[in-house]
Amino acid sequence: MLKGNRYLQIGLAITGVVTVLAVLGLFWTPYDPSAMNSAEMYMAPSLRHIFGTDNFGRDVFSRVMKGISTTYLISLCTVAMGAAVGVIVGALTGYFGGIVDDILMRVNDAVTAFPSILLALVFISLLGFGKYNVILALGVAFVPSYARVVRSEFARHREMNYVKSARLMGATDRRIMFVHILPNTRAVILPTLVIGFNNAVLAEASLSYLGIGVRSPDVSLGYMLSESQSYMATAPWYVLCTGATIVLLILGFSLLGEGLQQGRR
Amino acid sequence: MLEIKDLHVQFHTSDHEAVRGISLRVDDGEIMGLVGESGSGKSVTAMMIAGLLREDRVRTEGRILLDGRDMLAVDGDDLLSYQGKEIGVVFQEPMSALNPVMRIGPQVEESLRVHTKLSKEERRELALQAMRDVELDDVEEVYRKFPHELSGGMLQRVCIAAAIISRPRLLLADEPTTALDVTIQAQILELLKRLNRERDMSILFISHNLHVVRKLCTRVAVMQKGRIVEEGETEQVFHHPRDPYTQRLIAAIPTRRKIDE
Repeated sequence: MLKGNRYLQIGLAITGVVTVLAVLGLFWTPYDPSAMNSAEMYMAPSLRHIFGTDNFGRDVFSRVMKGISTTYLISLCTVAMGAAVGVIVGALTGYFGGIVDDILMRVNDAVTAFPSILLALVFISLLGFGKYNVILALGVAFVPSYARVVRSEFARHREMNYVKSARLMGATDRRIMFVHILPNTRAVILPTLVIGFNNAVLAEASLSYLGIGVRSPDVSLGYMLSESQSYMATAPWYVLCTGATIVLLILGFSLLGEGLQQGRR
Repeated sequence: MLEIKDLHVQFHTSDHEAVRGISLRVDDGEIMGLVGESGSGKSVTAMMIAGLLREDRVRTEGRILLDGRDMLAVDGDDLLSYQGKEIGVVFQEPMSALNPVMRIGPQVEESLRVHTKLSKEERRELALQAMRDVELDDVEEVYRKFPHELSGGMLQRVCIAAAIISRPRLLLADEPTTALDVTIQAQILELLKRLNRERDMSILFISHNLHVVRKLCTRVAVMQKGRIVEEGETEQVFHHPRDPYTQRLIAAIPTRRKIDE
């Protein structure tokens, strides 16, 4: 699958680098990302501070590392939550059809009808700020997209002979759904997960940029973007490095998703 | 052992009955043939016996008795308890009847996993034994393979192994040889005959191929448009068909003389 698949190769390389930075950022950064230093304000990128420093003299590279960690964590949890619920809802509706399908899919439609940012906004105004509430809000907003994909796959596989034979051997519905059908849908679900991760990165960035997502002392890429724009003229490296990191993150996962989709053809 | 009494089946999506009042009997240890053209209702009958068609899809009348127990009346957990244990099923397309992402071994064991509390090793031992019984070679190796790594004939043997592993008393074979080439077809028929003899397992063999049915079955029923038009000892039916439809069917079997002409 990897051989000759350029998208997958480059995608893996980029996401690999970003992932290493994210994991590293959890434990170690070159400088303390929140330590201010009035002697080193607005320093341009140099060997000492490779991404330069900001208005408080904080090391931008350290902050970017921390920011990737937070963004990564939020996106991962969002995708995990959306996918877990989405798979269960999709499996139930696709497999059983009928009234279960009607009810759950109408709820799904209702959730889809709200723009995800608006939905997240409502959630956060109810639950308050903080990264865990961002995860919860985005997770709920992401459920329908997964449910829809999983549902159509389950509906397709339900009629296949291997499912019938499993049923004939007395396998329970739960076993058929999760042991027999689910592994067969991975080729469709995997790219969807990766694309979903991208959307989560963008959604988190948007929320934090609007000031309703992550709050100080937590740092996320979106939060940094909104912080850095005030100093665009004096410290352009801050906004550029942060923006470039987001682009890289999205690009890497887009290529990965594209590569996975090509791999299954 | 299996008795169908005046069975009617109608799909909710259709305005006429797919099966219009058939009665049929399969005795202990016999191979019963059910023949008919596409759309004659023979597969629907098989699916009804297997319990694959339930009230959400069809409206039914009549009774299907397995050892005197009405199977149309059981549902839920009771249904699971006889599926795969009392009745084994083999489909037409072996490739599609197996899960493409699961190894062969676990698929053969499936009904044991549901119906017994055997340990993993015991299940494996029984699976290997069943695979030897259906004359597969290198069973240890086949056990670890995926369906796409085997040929059609081997896959059909795997399906038969999976169907007989729990020692069902009835094997439902729905066109099991249609998708296979002629030499493999003959081998599978021999295998079914042997399993019938050695395991004292009744077989309901469904086919549109009269030639195959004649070689295998002791008795035969002919279906047309949802009804059974003729039933009897195989040789009796073939030599002295009473129903005009059966007569036409038999006349349509290609023989050497006809081909020469």
